[in-house]
Amino acid sequence: MSTEAAISRSIEEYLEILYTLTRNGSTASTTEISRQLRVSPASVTEMLKKLASKGYVKYSPYRGTTLTSEGIKIAQKVTRKHRLLERFLYDILKIGKDLVHKQACEMEHSLSDEAETALCQMLKHPDKCPDDSKLIPPCDLQFSSCEECLERRGEHLEEVGKRNQNLFSITDLKEHDIGKVTMIRGDRKVLQRLLDMGLTPGTNISVVRVAPLTGPVEVAVRGSKLALGRNIASNVFVEVLEN
Amino acid sequence: MAKLAFCHPTTSSGEAYLQKDNKRLTIALAGNANVGKSVVFNQLTGSNQIIGNWPGKTVERAEGTLHFEDYEIKIIDLPGIYSFSTFSLEELISREYIAFEKPDVVINVVDASVLERNLFFTLQLIEVEAPLIVCLNQMDVAKKKGIVVDIEKLQTVLGVPVVPTVAVRGEGLRELMKATIKVARHEVKIKETKIKYGDEVETRIEKLAQLIEFEQLELDYPSRWVAIKLLENDPEIRRLVTKSDVVVRASEILAEEIARIHKEPCYAVIASERYFLANMIASNLQTQSKTKTTISEKLDWLTTHKVTGYITSAGVIAGLLLWTFTMGNFLSSLLSSALGFLEPVNPKVSGTIVSILWNGIFGGFVAGVTLVIPFVIPFYLVLTMIEDSGILTRVAFMMDSAMHKIGLHGKALIPLILGYGCNVPAIYGCRIMETRRERLLAAFAITFAPCAARTVVILGLVAVFVGAEWALALYAFDLLIIFTLGRIAFKVVPGKSTGLIMEMHSFKIPSLSIMAKQTWTRTKSIMYIVFPIYLVGSAFVQGAYALGVLEPINNAMSFLTVGWLGLPAVAGILLLFGAVRKELILLGLVAIYGTNLALFLTPVQFIVLALIGMMYIPCVSTTVILAKEFGWKAATVISMANFASAMFIGGVAFRLLALIV
Repeated sequence: MSTEAAISRSIEEYLEILYTLTRNGSTASTTEISRQLRVSPASVTEMLKKLASKGYVKYSPYRGTTLTSEGIKIAQKVTRKHRLLERFLYDILKIGKDLVHKQACEMEHSLSDEAETALCQMLKHPDKCPDDSKLIPPCDLQFSSCEECLERRGEHLEEVGKRNQNLFSITDLKEHDIGKVTMIRGDRKVLQRLLDMGLTPGTNISVVRVAPLTGPVEVAVRGSKLALGRNIASNVFVEVLEN
Repeated sequence: MAKLAFCHPTTSSGEAYLQKDNKRLTIALAGNANVGKSVVFNQLTGSNQIIGNWPGKTVERAEGTLHFEDYEIKIIDLPGIYSFSTFSLEELISREYIAFEKPDVVINVVDASVLERNLFFTLQLIEVEAPLIVCLNQMDVAKKKGIVVDIEKLQTVLGVPVVPTVAVRGEGLRELMKATIKVARHEVKIKETKIKYGDEVETRIEKLAQLIEFEQLELDYPSRWVAIKLLENDPEIRRLVTKSDVVVRASEILAEEIARIHKEPCYAVIASERYFLANMIASNLQTQSKTKTTISEKLDWLTTHKVTGYITSAGVIAGLLLWTFTMGNFLSSLLSSALGFLEPVNPKVSGTIVSILWNGIFGGFVAGVTLVIPFVIPFYLVLTMIEDSGILTRVAFMMDSAMHKIGLHGKALIPLILGYGCNVPAIYGCRIMETRRERLLAAFAITFAPCAARTVVILGLVAVFVGAEWALALYAFDLLIIFTLGRIAFKVVPGKSTGLIMEMHSFKIPSLSIMAKQTWTRTKSIMYIVFPIYLVGSAFVQGAYALGVLEPINNAMSFLTVGWLGLPAVAGILLLFGAVRKELILLGLVAIYGTNLALFLTPVQFIVLALIGMMYIPCVSTTVILAKEFGWKAATVISMANFASAMFIGGVAFRLLALIV
């Protein structure tokens, strides 16, 4: 492996860990990162500084680290590949739950975007990884739904184009956050139900309530309020607007 | 405030009836859920209602009659829906009804406070070219929210009459009916709509519609609507046009063109555009003055808060159960002492066969009067209140994650609670769930909910002879059973769970008279099912017992009842009795042994008998409902599952309890 590849790989690993650790809106501490990656705190600090200089993270020695939007973009991509691979290893190759994580870690860095899309289509757009049920991030292609991705199967990915903005699941938002509906994951039935209820692409929603214990999310949309069960809400992705 | 003052003559002489033959109308009420559609229906039809099923479907069909001016008007309350796609039975039924039965007028009930969402459906009713009139309801709620709607403008834009109403108070309904009759008489010209989609969509709709006309497919639906549905790739409509290859091909090509222009699947484009139109109309003619936080919003905050939300939810559920049981017990004892004067109510097992049969019939009647009615009426009354007010939606919201553990979502809580009163209406109530699998899972869980009759057994056997704490423990244990078996069923029954998508409408103060009417209609439909089964069933088991037919079965069962469960030999008979009506387990025991049961049973036997009685098999009425809703196969499987788990748990309990008690 070339040094360059090794560096980019290591960057991806860091961003991936940071993505998971900062998911609930908190910051990641150096100790936590060093524990998870099994490297010394000193090298973590060094790496975080390097990532900060590249514009991937906001690093502050005392307040912890958060990802920048550029950092989130890379982190989402690699996390998505990782979790899709886990699904593939588990669902298709029938490899045990305890083994998929390590194997996916090895494979994620070399998976091309084309392979990623093909994998996602073959697995019928899975939404959760097998080992810890974490959400698989959405793809970065300009699709408004997985159904559209299927309809335009023959096209080259360049024709589809990539998004400029990072997408977040409604379940990642906090109360009072505002987002623009951009992508919906799910089959035609779920999609049609959501469209009929007014969650059409480009619609602004604001989060009214997030029920505790992975309960539903209440959103305000088109002058009314809707409760969406956690499983449905987690598959509605938005661009976060000002809150 | 003009109250609605229609007269409802229930009978008219045959002659007058015939003369009025040409003055009969059929109108359908259509609209979103929770917009006050059933309130309008109840206000218009009074007590002249028939609640049944859509032929061959487990969707409730409510029909009523109104006499207004010289007209006899049949009113059909269509299910509350948001769209005309084919993905739910309710939507399919509604659009087929409008297209095939061609009602004289369709009244679209619209919530004035949520105009945009409601107009999305109104636009579809216009598309299907129904003779339409808009009932702009809940004007009071809109006013409280600071929303003012320009009715004239709405009328012009939609091209159909719009009548503002506050249905709970009866305001505007007279005007609504007058306008309805004008539409039915074709006195109002329904203008061709000027509402059009964006150019690139509209031109393709027109092209396809022309092609459909040209092909002469003889469809019941209007061509433009069929064209839109084909572009939306509606599977049902596609099936209708399969004989014309040209139309199928053209719709595919046109849909693909639209999809390519908008970079979205065509059906998503059409939904987006329709909502865009709804938004344009709504925002053009309504003004929203920002008001201070309303009480409704404060209540909303309180009932969905992570601490107070659970407290209110628990309070609502506990309150509902507590109210049902206190009111139920009070009314029940009142009624049974009143009826007891007429004839002894306890089952008679000796004497002449005629007197035994008569006693059975009478006992069944008394049981219906004293067990079902006293519990069902108070329960429905309060349930209707928390349902109509919007509290139940919040409880479902808070309880969603807990219900997910047994494969159901928050809405399933409603029938489950209902099951504590009586299983029969509860299983009916499962219809609010989206899929058959969910209805089945909910119904299964419900069969373990200790209904009023089982409560009688638990209290009569355990609370009286062993101790109230043991009766309470049985209740708590039952919750555990519901949860555990519900979870097992969820894992075993194949299929995917649908998630919760539910509108959280604003809080409303429900109307007492509507509550009373709805309670009565619901109670009536239960009585029709339960009473015949009670009467015939009770007479049958008592007669069979007296003739000695049950004895051999009892003996055959003794290896289970005596050997495995440690119960006295008579238990088999009791369980056969209980299959008809659960409380017969207690009443039968009293008939055979007298009232001092402590002389004949040990504390462990009391508990085990109550436990078995609680879960061993759904009563006949429940089984009939299960079969009606899900077929005999499912009903049998559920009953067997009940029996197997009761035997297992009962046997284990007998052995464990022997060590403790």
